[in-house]
Amino acid sequence: MNDINTTSEVRHTIEGQNGEWEIIIGLEIHAQVTSESKLFSGSSASFGGAPMSHVSLVDAAMPGMLPVINKHCVRQAVKTGLGLNAKINSYSVFDRKNYFYPDLPQGYQISQFKYPIIGEGEVKVSLKDGEDIIVRIERLHLEQDAGKSFHDIDPENSYIDLNRSGVALMEIVTMPDLRSAEEAKSFVTKLRTILRYLETCDGNMEEGSLRADINVSVRRPGDNLGTRCEIKNVNSIRFIGMAIEYEARRQVNEIENGREIIQETRLFDVSTGETRSMRSKEEAHDYRYFPDPDLLPLNLEDDFIKEIINELPELPDHKKERLVRTYGLNSYDADILVSDKNYAEYFESVANGRDPKISVNWITGELFSALNKLNLDIHDSPVSSEQLGELIDLISDGTLSGRLAKDVFEIMLETKKNPKVIVEEKNLSQITDESSIEKIVDKIMESNIDKVAEAREKPKLIGWFVGQVMKESQGKANPATVNNLVKKKIGI
Amino acid sequence: MIDLVSSDLVSIRNSLQNKEFTAIELLNEYIDRIAKSSKLNLFNTTNFENALKAAQESDQKIIRGEARSLEGIPIGVKDLFCTAGIKTTASSKILENFVPAYESTITQKLKDQGMILLGKLSNDEFAMGSSNETSSFGPAVSPWKGDSSDKELVPGGSSGGSSGAVAASLCPLATATDTGGSIRQPAAFTGTVGLKPTYGRCSRWGIVAFASSLDQAGPITKTIADSAMALKYMAGYDEKDSTSADIDVEDYEQAVGQSIKGMTVGVPKEYEELDLEDDIKKNWQDAINWYKLEGAEIVSVSLPHSKYALPAYYIIAPAEASSNLARYDGVKYGTRMTGDNLDDLYKNTRGLGFGPEVKRRILIGTYVLSAGYYDAYYLKAQKVRRLIHSDFVEAFKKVDVIITPTTPTTAFGIGENLSDPLKMYSNDILTVPVNLAGLPAISIPSGLDSQGLPMGIQLIANHFNEGKLFQFGTVVEKSRSSITNQSEWWLE
Repeated sequence: MNDINTTSEVRHTIEGQNGEWEIIIGLEIHAQVTSESKLFSGSSASFGGAPMSHVSLVDAAMPGMLPVINKHCVRQAVKTGLGLNAKINSYSVFDRKNYFYPDLPQGYQISQFKYPIIGEGEVKVSLKDGEDIIVRIERLHLEQDAGKSFHDIDPENSYIDLNRSGVALMEIVTMPDLRSAEEAKSFVTKLRTILRYLETCDGNMEEGSLRADINVSVRRPGDNLGTRCEIKNVNSIRFIGMAIEYEARRQVNEIENGREIIQETRLFDVSTGETRSMRSKEEAHDYRYFPDPDLLPLNLEDDFIKEIINELPELPDHKKERLVRTYGLNSYDADILVSDKNYAEYFESVANGRDPKISVNWITGELFSALNKLNLDIHDSPVSSEQLGELIDLISDGTLSGRLAKDVFEIMLETKKNPKVIVEEKNLSQITDESSIEKIVDKIMESNIDKVAEAREKPKLIGWFVGQVMKESQGKANPATVNNLVKKKIGI
Repeated sequence: MIDLVSSDLVSIRNSLQNKEFTAIELLNEYIDRIAKSSKLNLFNTTNFENALKAAQESDQKIIRGEARSLEGIPIGVKDLFCTAGIKTTASSKILENFVPAYESTITQKLKDQGMILLGKLSNDEFAMGSSNETSSFGPAVSPWKGDSSDKELVPGGSSGGSSGAVAASLCPLATATDTGGSIRQPAAFTGTVGLKPTYGRCSRWGIVAFASSLDQAGPITKTIADSAMALKYMAGYDEKDSTSADIDVEDYEQAVGQSIKGMTVGVPKEYEELDLEDDIKKNWQDAINWYKLEGAEIVSVSLPHSKYALPAYYIIAPAEASSNLARYDGVKYGTRMTGDNLDDLYKNTRGLGFGPEVKRRILIGTYVLSAGYYDAYYLKAQKVRRLIHSDFVEAFKKVDVIITPTTPTTAFGIGENLSDPLKMYSNDILTVPVNLAGLPAISIPSGLDSQGLPMGIQLIANHFNEGKLFQFGTVVEKSRSSITNQSEWWLE
């Protein structure tokens, strides 16, 4: 493997006892294919359900049972490949990966070894500092998930649930192009966004729909690649970062203390934040891969691929570019909006015929902090995009001041009512009529003659008058008009 | 009293439909005869109670004029076909008490035509063997004995229960499977007709797998007309088997007895060099002459790579078997021997559950798939397989069928070859190339050797040309001398 990135510029280092170290990271992501049924059987692939409730004869590996490929899963893999700008292999082969474990009923996992369905691709990742990196994808292949073992229910026995057995996974393998925990986290976040746009994986890490095996090695900047360790099955983006940081530090300490890194598989322990050895290379399985004779090679017709190309949604990179171009958004705002296609969709609905900057500010400001507080997805937002749009209209036409609008927004969150209705019901519309405001200003001044004189000396007191007027008007007076009138009356 | 010995599938169907006897009467005759034939040890399980109920229903259907094509005809089924609610053991201790909840596609198709299951027939354990001596439940015994010899002979294998039962007139049709000769060799040893259809012609769904890329189900019958009739109802596309062929099923019965005048018969010149018994060589020559007399052209063909077929087969078949048999681990179903830990559970279960021949093949298969050996063995064997296939493709450009003996010898004595696996494996030398090439072939009784034991002629046709096998097969059937088994020594 001759990779440009591993020999190119050093982007990130960590400090050892005696100099800098570079971390080299490659990821193998296991993404559960969004599909009603499993990869080779008709049983339900949905999460949850009573143990053993989604298990067919094929999933339980009963004698004489045969796998039949689920075409939808193939379609999903191709779609994902297209989303990763990757080569779609019209010929691919399912292989058996042989090993014994009780939650692997067949005694082998059907996977793709030599001829994966998807070849090389790449993903652009925007880092927090605004820089973009390209992460190359080595391959994507389809494989079956295993069942789940429970060793903690009973002191004597282990229990097995085969609901997951046979569920379709995409294993997405990157080149060793990542250089820090941050980069790895940003990559997985971006990958998850792409998968969600494509609707090929729901990306729910807490349900196990997305897991990562992390290959980590360290080297002196410019050196050859060091020996790597593989951290298995990390199931949150935060843990991915923690595992990399711990593991890189561990390897640096080992080397700096004169020890060698042993190629091995390690586990990340969530409770300690440490990685520990699971098995060494010598103990590694010989999986005896060979083509599964129960399945014919997969031949994808051009028309099948074309059909999928035509169904592709707009992907985050394109959407960002379009949002910037069409709405004049800055890169930062655009990144936030495209990080979830529902955000972008919400935004475009709000910004339709309205000021994009005001729209994005309301969404990323008031709306997001409210959703965050309520712990709700934008899907379940109590304020619809139409309602937010209407609110922004009321600001633009002067009916509401910014402050009033925020009050109305709070009421919208609680009542789900349209802003116009709230304004009417609560009589909240802004007073813009100058003579009405003047009356209030006069009233305040009359009852505070002493302060009027004082204000001429200390113009700061103008704010106090404005505040009193606003209060008297129950916040409805147009603040700019109030300000002007107060200044005029005091004579500044 | 129905004369079962002189009855065959076609005559029984006609008699039932013409109401010459009832299904119950027929069934009772078979039950009596099976009960008197326990010396042969051909049945692993009998199904008499269910069969009696089914026969009553068949009789009612016949009376009401609702008879299906094979209404009321009793059948024997190799114990490799899963039968719902009836023990299916593969003649292995590891499945000693396994009762499937599902019915194999083939047996379901036959049931749907009104056939009645008499019982499950013995076979070599997991179909691994050429003598039916590796069954965990003791060897099956051939109904044949040599002239003036009291030696008990093997009925061939792995479908020895099926061949023995048809030869002993314990059923007019038995289902069987053929991975390297397991239908044709037992048929040749017992004077019955054994058909191995084209790979993909009959569904493998619900048949305990031995070597998935080679396994193919077919019928063992007394006559070619019976074979054609049986295949018509066994063949067909099955969406549950990805390797099954979506090709229309011909009217095979119509092919039986058609003239072969002006057609061509190929004789593979390399097979003349093989170590064949003199009687068999002579019989082969006789058969070639019968074709000449019928007006066929005899053409010499070359199958230069067939000499590598046996070693290639004994790599590919065990490789697939080692993986196919991994599911028998004591965890989900079948025999379980407990242990102190998981490894012990596996070792004890598989150590006790599998017999020596199965273990030998699992070891060979595991070895040839292992890292470092895969290319030298498995991959090379696959290349050989492709060359053998192309040899046949070339040959079938010139000829309609190829003629060879089915076996190099006639039936041997029980125990004679068991301790010499290589000698046992060499029994398959004429049948194995056909499986590697996925072709259809039939073994037809072609006379008795000097000891009075049946010999078989093998006809091989191009893919999905089973019709030609029946067409050409008739010539051997009508030209040979009588092969009636005079003595019924085993009847009690």
